[in-house]
Amino acid sequence: MTAGQAIATKDLTLSYGDTIIINELDLEIPKGEITVFIGGNGCGKSTLLRSIARLLKPKSGAVLLEGEAVAKLSTKDVARKMAILPQSPLAPEGLTVLQLVKQGRYPYQTWLKQWSTEDELKVRNALKATEMEELKDRTVDSLSGGQRQRAWIAMTLAQDTDTILLDEPTTYLDMTHQIEILDLLFELNEKEQRTIIMVLHDLNLACRYAHNIVAIKDQKVFAQGKPEHVINCGLVKNVFGMECEVTIDPLFGTPLCIPYGKGRCILKGQGLQG
Amino acid sequence: MKKYYNFRLLGDKVSFLVNRKALITFLFLAAAAAGVFVMSTGTGEMKISPLKVVQVFFGGGSDMEKLIIQSFRLPRIIVALMVGMALAAAGGILQGIIRNPLASPDIIGITGGASVAVVGFLAFFSDKNNALTVSINWMPLAAFAGAAILAFLVYFLAYKDGVSPIRLVLIGIGLASLTKALTTLMMVFGPIYQASQANIWITGTVYGSNWDNVAILVPWTLVFLVLAFVLSRNVNIQELGDDIAMGVGSTVQKYRFLLLMVSTALIGGAVAFGGGIGFVGLMAPHMARRMVGSAFGALLPASALIGGILVMAADLIGRTLFSPLEIPAGVFTASIGAPYFIYLLFKTRNA
Repeated sequence: MTAGQAIATKDLTLSYGDTIIINELDLEIPKGEITVFIGGNGCGKSTLLRSIARLLKPKSGAVLLEGEAVAKLSTKDVARKMAILPQSPLAPEGLTVLQLVKQGRYPYQTWLKQWSTEDELKVRNALKATEMEELKDRTVDSLSGGQRQRAWIAMTLAQDTDTILLDEPTTYLDMTHQIEILDLLFELNEKEQRTIIMVLHDLNLACRYAHNIVAIKDQKVFAQGKPEHVINCGLVKNVFGMECEVTIDPLFGTPLCIPYGKGRCILKGQGLQG
Repeated sequence: MKKYYNFRLLGDKVSFLVNRKALITFLFLAAAAAGVFVMSTGTGEMKISPLKVVQVFFGGGSDMEKLIIQSFRLPRIIVALMVGMALAAAGGILQGIIRNPLASPDIIGITGGASVAVVGFLAFFSDKNNALTVSINWMPLAAFAGAAILAFLVYFLAYKDGVSPIRLVLIGIGLASLTKALTTLMMVFGPIYQASQANIWITGTVYGSNWDNVAILVPWTLVFLVLAFVLSRNVNIQELGDDIAMGVGSTVQKYRFLLLMVSTALIGGAVAFGGGIGFVGLMAPHMARRMVGSAFGALLPASALIGGILVMAADLIGRTLFSPLEIPAGVFTASIGAPYFIYLLFKTRNA
């Protein structure tokens, strides 16, 4: 193990019942970077993320967090090092943003110590980083989709961990809010060097924000590396089963994938599919 | 005005965030409960002014007033208060861990288990003249055992790599129907006298409570209320879903079991001395949620007080409205509760 790894998996096999989802996977995820899992529907990327977060017991093999087997650590110790935000979480009716964010402090609390000075400071910082200070007394169910997701991210930030896992944090958000959430995560990584591991559906956004892409296919990692090194037509064809052109994003210079298919073509005399 | 107070002692070792509005609501509810308590104590065949009632509490008053209050009214009202608090708190816990606003002691069958046990007790221990062959004082124990056995049954039948909220509630509803069928069956086959006695119990009444009951029920209820309060942050975290709860390092299954046991203990105590008083466990947490929000540390005490007020009020109405005829308190909790339940279903029909 080098010091540069936040998470590693060793011979990790995951299954639902008898169906193998991930098979004998050895994966290393670098510290202090943004890693994005991509792959087709049902390829097991969310399952892998859940298992790294110890929400799913592996069939065999192990997940290592900073070199130590997660299964051997106390769950509270893990919670102080790694936070997980599942896909589309639901808050109970009437819960305020502050009450939600405060619960990120759970791994630091005891029966009697439920609101230490440190808790207060971390919650305040989390609200500030997500620009939720103004909205802290609003109920979560009264917020817009983007605000709500920021509130949940604030909760994971209050957990004060080096590593944050997010399962499709941009689901159900419109484009503006997708960018807003990803910018927020990008800044957290830039400013505080937090390791961010997430599942994203949008390949182009994944290429823009990720330092490290993990493409998953057939129970294995198909490719891993910088988006500009691994994303090409062949990979997209293999991983997603889709024909496309990969060009360069005119704004960021990152790979930009343009799928073939049907649709109106208004380029005169040079239809894409001949 | 600040919305929250930081409460800290011993350099953070004891520290809480106190919601100002919840605290004020709690004090208001406590005052209301005390008011209903005093008013109920003073109301009956012989009216006693609230001031006199308070005097008697502190050792004053005439011998007659002392006798009426201490021997006849107080035990019953204290039992009503405890039963209401216990059912409401248990309902709040169940709604939290099941993550469903419609969960309550009745719905998941725990009260039903007690009903079966009581009807069975009346059937098995009666002789040909409808006299009980054992002391009636064993009935609370039967009720408690019935509630506890059913709760364990729900838990173990729902168990599959831990217990998921949806399995818990579905198995609970199934068993609740089963207990209802068994109760009816036993009542149909038993003598009419027994059936009517059982029916009063099932409706729920605190009639005939005595100081012995108080001596058991008060410490029992208070201990488990405190325990529920101590566990409240675990209810909060479970309400966010199992993934989040596990993610922040909560041992979800352990606390789910513990919380289920605490609510079973509360329900068992309540039904043992108050019978199957319905709807309090459903209604009170909802009313509390409207007042103090859904953070469980605030919800639990508020809900308990509302439950206490409801049952004390229902009992007061029941014993005075058609006096000298006694109407079981459960009749009035249900007559307020049933429309509210329908209103809730109506309101959430699109959700």
